[in-house]
Amino acid sequence: MSVTEERTSGGNGFVGRRLKRKEDPRLITGRATYVEDLTLPGTLYAAVVRSPEAHARITSIDASAAAERAGIEAVFTGEDLADMAAPCPMVWVPPGVEVHVPEHWPLARGKVGYVGQAVAVILGGDKYGVVDAAEDVVVEYDALPVVVDPEAALEPGAPVIHEQFGTNKVFEWSLAGGDVDAALAEADVVLERRIVNHRTAGAAIEPRGAMAEWREGRLTLWSSTQIPHIARVILSIQLGISEEKIRVVAPEVGGGFGSKLQVYGEEVLVAWCARKTGKPVKWTATRSDDMLTTHHGRDQIDDVRIGAKRDGTLTGIHVKVIQDCGSYHLIEGPVIPTFTSCVISGAYDFPAVRTDIVGVFTNKFTTDAIRGAGRPEATHLIEVCMDQLADELGMDALELRRKNFITEFPNERPHGFVYDSGNYHGTLDRCLEMLDLEAFRSEQAELRQRGVYRGVGFSTYVEICGLGPSRALGPDGWGMQGGYFESAQVRVLPTGTVMAYTGTSPHGQGLETSFAQIVADRLGLDPEAVEVIHGDTNTGPFGKDTYGSRSLAVGGEAIARAAEKVQDKAKRIVAHKLEAAPEDIEVAEGAFRVKGSPDKSLTLADVATEAYIPGDLPEGMEAGLDEISFYDPTNFVWPFGAHACVTEVDVETGRVEILRWIAVDDCGPAINPMLIEGQVHGGVVHGIGQALFEQIVYDEHGQLVTGSFVDYAVPTAAEIPSFETDRTETRSPTNSLGVKGVGEAGTIAATPAIVNSVIDALRPLGVTYLDMPLTPMRVWNAIQEARR
Amino acid sequence: MSSKVPIRLSVNGRVRELDVEPRLLLVHLLRDQLGLTGTHVGCDTSNCGACTVHLDGEAVKSCTVLAVQADGTKVTTIEGLAHGDELHPLQEAFWEDHALQCGYCTPGMIMAAADLLARNPDPSEEEIRHGLEGNLCRCTGYHNIVKAVQDAAEVMHGSAVADRQEVSV
Ligand code: FES
Ligand code: FES
Repeated sequence: MSVTEERTSGGNGFVGRRLKRKEDPRLITGRATYVEDLTLPGTLYAAVVRSPEAHARITSIDASAAAERAGIEAVFTGEDLADMAAPCPMVWVPPGVEVHVPEHWPLARGKVGYVGQAVAVILGGDKYGVVDAAEDVVVEYDALPVVVDPEAALEPGAPVIHEQFGTNKVFEWSLAGGDVDAALAEADVVLERRIVNHRTAGAAIEPRGAMAEWREGRLTLWSSTQIPHIARVILSIQLGISEEKIRVVAPEVGGGFGSKLQVYGEEVLVAWCARKTGKPVKWTATRSDDMLTTHHGRDQIDDVRIGAKRDGTLTGIHVKVIQDCGSYHLIEGPVIPTFTSCVISGAYDFPAVRTDIVGVFTNKFTTDAIRGAGRPEATHLIEVCMDQLADELGMDALELRRKNFITEFPNERPHGFVYDSGNYHGTLDRCLEMLDLEAFRSEQAELRQRGVYRGVGFSTYVEICGLGPSRALGPDGWGMQGGYFESAQVRVLPTGTVMAYTGTSPHGQGLETSFAQIVADRLGLDPEAVEVIHGDTNTGPFGKDTYGSRSLAVGGEAIARAAEKVQDKAKRIVAHKLEAAPEDIEVAEGAFRVKGSPDKSLTLADVATEAYIPGDLPEGMEAGLDEISFYDPTNFVWPFGAHACVTEVDVETGRVEILRWIAVDDCGPAINPMLIEGQVHGGVVHGIGQALFEQIVYDEHGQLVTGSFVDYAVPTAAEIPSFETDRTETRSPTNSLGVKGVGEAGTIAATPAIVNSVIDALRPLGVTYLDMPLTPMRVWNAIQEARR
Repeated sequence: MSSKVPIRLSVNGRVRELDVEPRLLLVHLLRDQLGLTGTHVGCDTSNCGACTVHLDGEAVKSCTVLAVQADGTKVTTIEGLAHGDELHPLQEAFWEDHALQCGYCTPGMIMAAADLLARNPDPSEEEIRHGLEGNLCRCTGYHNIVKAVQDAAEVMHGSAVADRQEVSV
């Protein structure tokens, strides 16, 4: 069995091909190792006692009965963790903006602010036994008034969740460019909409989990995380352990979608417990734990105003965002709506833009990055409002879009962001070609005669990813306390095969394959001879992990650059051996050869022999063939595309069925087109989930109503159509590969296409606007109301 | 802890005799006591299907079966699906069609699909989608999973194999 479609002698030409994934054999045979598959001798299992109250003072904890149970090793509460050096950090410190950051400890200290907050931990040798013991912990609470609605939380007289701030406001900040007030004043039409973008979950099928070992003053943490490198820094800070004594490993990770772009209290807690007890400690979330305490996403209320001239020329957009932050922050929650503001201009040439953001504490769990992180919210409001505005102007919605598409690149937007490259007409043209809009419209009209309601909706999105330039995101830019480069190391082994280390931490994206393709082409190898290593802080250089569709555009570029450094050195060795100039050496057909004399060549294995048995290297050259690159991009990358969704609405029941989905995306030249399609399929279904089925619901007491997969409706195969996908390729000038990201694009694009489609279907019945999720009940109610 | 109960079952063709707690779930027996960690746990409400195995040839969610209920049965897990180095046609098709990303749902998905094809060797797209309704995948959007099941069905029918042989003759 070969990973490659057809065996070649190696060499150029692997980039761009649909190679089967190198990671799959272990995954399809059940031989992969996820955190929960690891156990060390003497492992203690941890069970966490969680608060049933949304807002309360803890008056007492009696764990004596639990501690006395057979097989229980220890019980710890917040008080026992007094030696912890620092609370869970939040790394967004925007210059000149005050952000309220309450202390958030792995186990509550004196007070709880959400249902599910960890209060105590039980350790014991039996998985089931610790759960039994957790039931025996008696915690007394003094309940406090609860506030779950972010707007109510901002009202005077609302219960204040963190008294020290005197308000539930977390922060307020704006990103703007151009004169929005003037732009709206000079508009002929100002569209106003209030859009509720509800709370959702990442819902990776592998729940969170972590195992820690403390041995001879050194800590190892295995965690189901997207960010092992960042986690090491944070563990060092929180536990007061010197960084080089800590190793963090992300083994096989069963999906993340942003929900594992986090350092959770339990990860720090098992590490603390392992040090305290001297034994390995392992914790695995149940699905209920996961729904309660794996960060949620979205939860914005967007008040939108868009100005336009009669002819459809857009004059400005102003959005007021209320972001529900939950009651405590994790590493970067409050910055998420900033990503909404980055792309608030959408694909359109708005001369003036303004986003005013208010973050609010409520007695719910933390919101933070979930697939798209702020950009799905932006795309949703813009793309829904483009349809709404077209309706108000009596214009065709696609004509309105085309009239305002940005066509010149690079394009500096009024708020300072520079769109790198694009061809928005191009993706829309291809999308329409695949859809055959005319045929659809006549079929739609015909079906309506028979009481069948079908609609088509579009989304012509642009997004920002490839995080990111450190200068833009870092302490002096937006105020993230970190750098956003990526690292890579390409090491040729003595026999001429390669280990390629990446600082990214994939968990399903297929980077072991796509990065191998990049290296293989540069070194004249078959991708099978390239092993891509990731997810372990003790191998390879310090990295910045996986999120924000950055792996390829930043990490892949770093891999390419490291491979090119190796190639340069190899060329010098080959030139020396073959008595040619380094500039005259090329990599082709699996060898380094002299241009014009293909019979004069050496393979990488020959070069490796020279490098590692250095008898005859060029003057002054060091031995070895092993190079590192740190790549910090100069700009973000801006993928874009056009999606169309055809739905049919059963007007008797309100049920929405998706009949067709056409996705034309542009993320630059493909490294492996098959992987891109996979990301688009999965991304779109994540968006379909939010648009039709999924919603995190809390009741007025702050109780989570959707605490399992029974109530939180992740789409199944039965609700999803097959996809019609295509791509255009517009290079990004930002990196040498020309690539943009695609991990989040589908999710960012999807929701407005569905909503626009359903509104299109129901417009003859008088339905003109709908908020998500489009549950049968909501749709049916809208139909009834419109009929009245 | 209640006293243990002896059970005897065959797992991937090997007979196992163990003493288990009456409340032990089959999935934990397989994972923790037999070291077969290819069977995963994704939920606590029998919704996700990550734990799907075959019990006497039929797909079951092993998080919903007690180990004692498996006494006297034949269990097949993902580790027992391939014949030595020769992958099952579904495993091949999942690989070929990029029907997995993080791989966490994959063992359960493949076991559920194998059961589906055993009952319905030539399913329509609709039948595949409904047949796999009990298995959640958050990564792939199902498109390639459906394709892989169709492709595997074709191979298992033998038609694809025969076609290929004809071409190569
Ligand atoms: S673990 Fe989810 S159905 Fe068994
Ligand atoms: S491949 Fe990740 S859940 Fe299915």
